[in-house]
Amino acid sequence: MAKIVFIEPGGRRREVDAQPGVTLMETARRHDVQGVIARCGGACACATCHVYVDPAWLPRLEPREEMEEAMLENAWEPRENSRLSCQIQITADLDGLQVTVPQRQADGNGA
Amino acid sequence: MISTILIIGGGQAGAQAIDTLRKEGFGGRLVLIGDEPQLPYQRPPLSKKYLCGEMAAERLLFRHQSFYDEHRIELKLGTRAVRLDAGARQVGLAGGETLTYDRLLLCLGAESRRLTCPGAELAGVHYLRGLADVAPIQTGFKPQARVVIIGGGYIGLETAATCRKMGCEVTVLEMADRIMNRVVAPAVSQYFAAEHRLHGVDILCDMRVTRLEGRERVERVVCADGSSHEADLVIVGVGAVATTELAISAGLACDNGIVVDEYCRTSDAAIYAAGDCTNHPSPRFGRRVRLESVDNAFEQAKTAALNMLDRPVAHDRVPWFWSDQFDNKLLIVGLSQDYDRQVLRGDPASRSFSVCYLKGSELLAVEAVNHSKDYMAARKLIADRTPLQADRLADASLALKDAV
Repeated sequence: MAKIVFIEPGGRRREVDAQPGVTLMETARRHDVQGVIARCGGACACATCHVYVDPAWLPRLEPREEMEEAMLENAWEPRENSRLSCQIQITADLDGLQVTVPQRQADGNGA
Repeated sequence: MISTILIIGGGQAGAQAIDTLRKEGFGGRLVLIGDEPQLPYQRPPLSKKYLCGEMAAERLLFRHQSFYDEHRIELKLGTRAVRLDAGARQVGLAGGETLTYDRLLLCLGAESRRLTCPGAELAGVHYLRGLADVAPIQTGFKPQARVVIIGGGYIGLETAATCRKMGCEVTVLEMADRIMNRVVAPAVSQYFAAEHRLHGVDILCDMRVTRLEGRERVERVVCADGSSHEADLVIVGVGAVATTELAISAGLACDNGIVVDEYCRTSDAAIYAAGDCTNHPSPRFGRRVRLESVDNAFEQAKTAALNMLDRPVAHDRVPWFWSDQFDNKLLIVGLSQDYDRQVLRGDPASRSFSVCYLKGSELLAVEAVNHSKDYMAARKLIADRTPLQADRLADASLALKDAV
């Protein structure tokens, strides 16, 4: 198990248990974290599971692949620390990871 | 006063409607009726990661049981709604139970178009639509098993790629002169046909299946040109038809789907419909459409839920679709009908390119092959109706969003 902290669009802090082997997006959905829409279910086809990763954690994640990079470019308000949560695999090493869910997602859907 | 909402259909649309209704404060009785026994799950992985065993069934679920308990959702799964009396606002279930509603949402989905040729009912002939369809196909996955896939559309080709990955010998029989002919440009068809052949899939076009032969189970597929294709397993992917039987029996207007307006209302004021089963207006494209699309199912369900709670909001989306075949991702946005010009961006030989459809200076659709950037840019350009310049569009060194 890894503890993951999500900051929801409304500012609520959610600390949830994540199972190694699933993705960060699936973890958010499983715990009904607000604002992670994940319309395509993890196919890297929609950019609606966009999150901002706590900068301290960025170096500890596998870097973005080209496809994720391209999707993020047109995500809602992308930043240096933007990631698609469907592309982050949970491992025990990610215990304590903190991410912030943006106010909106790419498809015009608010939180 | 709305005290009871029934939802028939536990697919993507049904699952989303529950979410929205509870999130938007509906506190009354909420019942989900689904003919499949499983909790609502995602279908797209069924022809991909789930079929090859890379994904556990549990990961397909949108929500776990605790979510339904917590939100007081009455689940009636593995149960078919067999009767709809719109006048009395009642739904009859196969078990004999009758439920009364204030608002009803039909999320009936679509069903596989069936083969009708001789031999179509033989054992070993499969369709891929629901979770229950997967295991019987998987039992046929033996190295060198001969799989014949009838239909070179999304499902057929995704399944072909997966079967190949599982070590089967795969033949795809397509009736038209090219694969995915109804959904993509010739350049995209050509690219994917080449990819499949490279991976050892035998793609055969202009093949009209006339009969399936076999003694106890299917042994071969015979085509109009006289060719015969030996098969241990046949998978049929020849399109889908909207599920409308219940709606028709209740007297609701249906025409290639349940006819709804932009508020997802059917011809009966208390009945709404969402997802693949609907024939709905697309304000952006100015005509009626029936879509088989995950995003459309979710969005229409959301719209229907809000309207059922008397919060008027219209459904107006630019449709999008995706398909994964081997390590290729096809992303499609918009609707390409009525275009007057196709523009190719990039070189298919580079494995990353897109085809843009223009009507005058207006972008109608983009098919992006391993090109997420064009796809994402197009979503916005199409929705905003941003006028584009075709000569700039053809210059792949420019970003699509700069072709204005």
